[in-house]
Amino acid sequence: MTAQPHVKVRNLCVTVKGPDGAPLRIVDDVSFDVARGEVLALIGESGSGKTTIALALMGFGRGGAVISGNIRVGDATLDGASGTTLASQRGKRITYVAQSAAAAFNPSRRVIDQVIEPALIHRTASATQARARAIELFRALALPSPETIGSRYPHELSGGQLQRLMAAMALITKPDLVIFDEPTTALDVTTQVEVLQAFRRVFREQDATGVYVSHDLAVVAQMADQILVLNRGTVREQNAVRPLLEAPVDEYTRMLVAAAHPVVQAQPPVIAQPEPLLTIANISAGYGPVDKAGRLAHPVLSDVSLTIGRGAAVGVIGESGSGKSTVARVVAGLLAPTAGTISLDGNPLAPTVAGRTREQLRRVQIVFQNADVALNPAHNVGDILGRVLRFYHGMKGPEAQRRVTELLDLIRLPASVADRRCDELSGGQKQRVNLARALAADPDVILCDEVTSALDTVVRGAILDLLADLRRDLGVAYLFISHDIATVKALCDEIVVLYKGTRVESGSCDTYTAPPFHPYTDLLIRSVPELRTGWLADETAQLQVPFAHLAEQSDLCRFLPRCPVAIAGRCDVDAPPLRAMSAGNAVLCHRTEAELAAPHVLKV
Amino acid sequence: MKPGSFLRFARRLPLSGKVGLTLVVFWIVIAVVGPFLTPYSPGAFVSEQVFAGSSSQFWFGSDFLGRDVLTRLLVGARFTVGLSAVAVTLAACTGTGLALTAAVGPRWLDELLSRLMDTLISIPSKIFALVMVAAFGSSLVLLTLIVSITYVPGNFRIARSLAIGLTKLDYVEVATARGEGRLHIALVEMLPNMIRPLSADIGLRFVFIVLLLSGLSFLGLGLQPPDADLGSLVRENVSGLGEGALAIMVPAIAIASLTVGVNLLIDAATQGKVR
Repeated sequence: MTAQPHVKVRNLCVTVKGPDGAPLRIVDDVSFDVARGEVLALIGESGSGKTTIALALMGFGRGGAVISGNIRVGDATLDGASGTTLASQRGKRITYVAQSAAAAFNPSRRVIDQVIEPALIHRTASATQARARAIELFRALALPSPETIGSRYPHELSGGQLQRLMAAMALITKPDLVIFDEPTTALDVTTQVEVLQAFRRVFREQDATGVYVSHDLAVVAQMADQILVLNRGTVREQNAVRPLLEAPVDEYTRMLVAAAHPVVQAQPPVIAQPEPLLTIANISAGYGPVDKAGRLAHPVLSDVSLTIGRGAAVGVIGESGSGKSTVARVVAGLLAPTAGTISLDGNPLAPTVAGRTREQLRRVQIVFQNADVALNPAHNVGDILGRVLRFYHGMKGPEAQRRVTELLDLIRLPASVADRRCDELSGGQKQRVNLARALAADPDVILCDEVTSALDTVVRGAILDLLADLRRDLGVAYLFISHDIATVKALCDEIVVLYKGTRVESGSCDTYTAPPFHPYTDLLIRSVPELRTGWLADETAQLQVPFAHLAEQSDLCRFLPRCPVAIAGRCDVDAPPLRAMSAGNAVLCHRTEAELAAPHVLKV
Repeated sequence: MKPGSFLRFARRLPLSGKVGLTLVVFWIVIAVVGPFLTPYSPGAFVSEQVFAGSSSQFWFGSDFLGRDVLTRLLVGARFTVGLSAVAVTLAACTGTGLALTAAVGPRWLDELLSRLMDTLISIPSKIFALVMVAAFGSSLVLLTLIVSITYVPGNFRIARSLAIGLTKLDYVEVATARGEGRLHIALVEMLPNMIRPLSADIGLRFVFIVLLLSGLSFLGLGLQPPDADLGSLVRENVSGLGEGALAIMVPAIAIASLTVGVNLLIDAATQGKVR
């Protein structure tokens, strides 16, 4: 047994029925080994077949896909196994952690019952033993109050906690192989770090063998021992993590490594003092009914201000729930603010779409994150763009057709795309069309709501380049909303950081390269995984948070319960002042510039 | 639709869709030309024997009064297909139209329409028909109206829930942000995305309408003799069920093939990539 690798896959092919009925090979002749206790990462962009391979390891082919080749896990051979044999292996010897744990848990059952379920189904342990092991795993995964967390229901837990609970579920039967399918992709960057740390610790403690599917090279660099680079169902390169990152052999790998750090080529024209185009002043907004005191049931934004100059790009970053998308919705007139004003070229805009003129609407366009639902699947690309042209410019017939072709050329798609429907396009193409629809209006400002978040790194790079080119060529301004500080830094010249609906920091892009920053900005920047092995190990030192027990209060610093540098007697008593730093950025914090600039302050 | 594009549509259908299309086309042809092909007069007592089996003289045998089943089938198909098609079109247009109004209109209008439909749905359809026929007398127009009014609320509910779901989608929000009017949002952005699930609903409702019409005919509220639709053929020959008479089997199979055909066609046409 010693000579045999723990997991051995040879000549794995997965064939599906193509659109024309002919067999289509989506995974072609893939072979790899995983040694016991090691983690192999499958990396590639969407459509590379990485999830298909992961599922094939469990003997599962989606939608009638045919799997051929040899798959051996431990001493079990899985290829050609029957349904009952597979069922006895799945959840016991091979377990799976899905991308969205929130969708994978049954909302009507307590978490602990679901976590120990695999052990009970496969009779590997009694309920009491399984519970004990679950609690041990919860502790290893750094879940809060491990003894009692299991008695909660999934909706009472956060996304990051559910993802860790799902890992506990996968490890409960001491499996031979754990498959992680993009487990942190849907998480915020600050949560991702915590989950990755927990995964790494539990992997080392349990000596588990894993296959880690991801599109994010930086994440993989922290988690895996070996990396397998996939493109269109074939293996491009396989190597240990460090040599692969430092000296990629394959051209495609080099492209992936390069795309991990978004860099925009086109340099925008430098405008010394751009005239303000769109001014958002002291906006508050939220959802739900208004109570007697005039407060909303679910306030989202409080007192947010920002200014976008003509042709400028302003980035808004923050984690989910920070209210960054609400900013775009308020500016677009989809949600009326409860306080504050928005003005375009000095003229105030009505709170909602109904009160704005068509010309005002034309000048401010919004682009949504998810092009799959932002483009009407019932219409073809030409109709979608043509409608905007007719609506704002009264263009019809050949004139509109010519403009559609021009627009498609602008976003670097062939003119033939105009006759195709959106569901026939790839994710990147859809996002380009989504952008073209906004461009068709000849806007002054485009509100980009997480436009690159759903895309792969390579496609993301291309879209960012396109955005920068359009800005240079057309002079259009952006309000660029993202949770990813690296993306924002690449494109924007000013950045606003939102935390729970308050603006905690604002300043030009350069001020975000070195301290002083707001402690939350600092956390955001440090949470972005770096493309080197061992980055996560450096970050394992847990910072002490003095006020973790306090609930968030609207009249104090919102970040207080998570702030590692909060000062007793000041931060928990008064609202923080807005301090102007010498570098030009403004920070909402009790700490002085000198304190925030000194790195040691974070370890006080 | 041009003949070429119709053929292309037919060729792209899966097998089940082709079967469905064949059945539907067959019944439409029968509905159009059936009455001209009848070997006898539909009301004539031509056979000595009631519930006779198949013979060269009477292909589908004779009914409970000794009339030719084939003749009555050919005449009855027109009523069933025609009445049901008109009624289902009316019901779907009204229901979906009101649903879209409710979805894009102000909140109070949605509330008003929804409660109105709830009221309508709580009236038993047969009692409603009874009252209407008692008040206005039985006629083809009235029958069509009764049946379509009965099925408006169901279609409204389904269409409204689809439309409400669509109003939350980004492309509808984009159109709203662009400043599009309610009519454009309802008809251009929302309606095309509701067609598929609505077609399935319409197929189902077509079947219900065929059944309701038959039920009404049985109660004497529907078509008045000597006219008869497929449903009333089944009902009037129900005494032949015990001996398995062709007179009851043939119209029953006719209804089944019509409704199954409609559903097969709609399923295939809306689920595949066929436009």
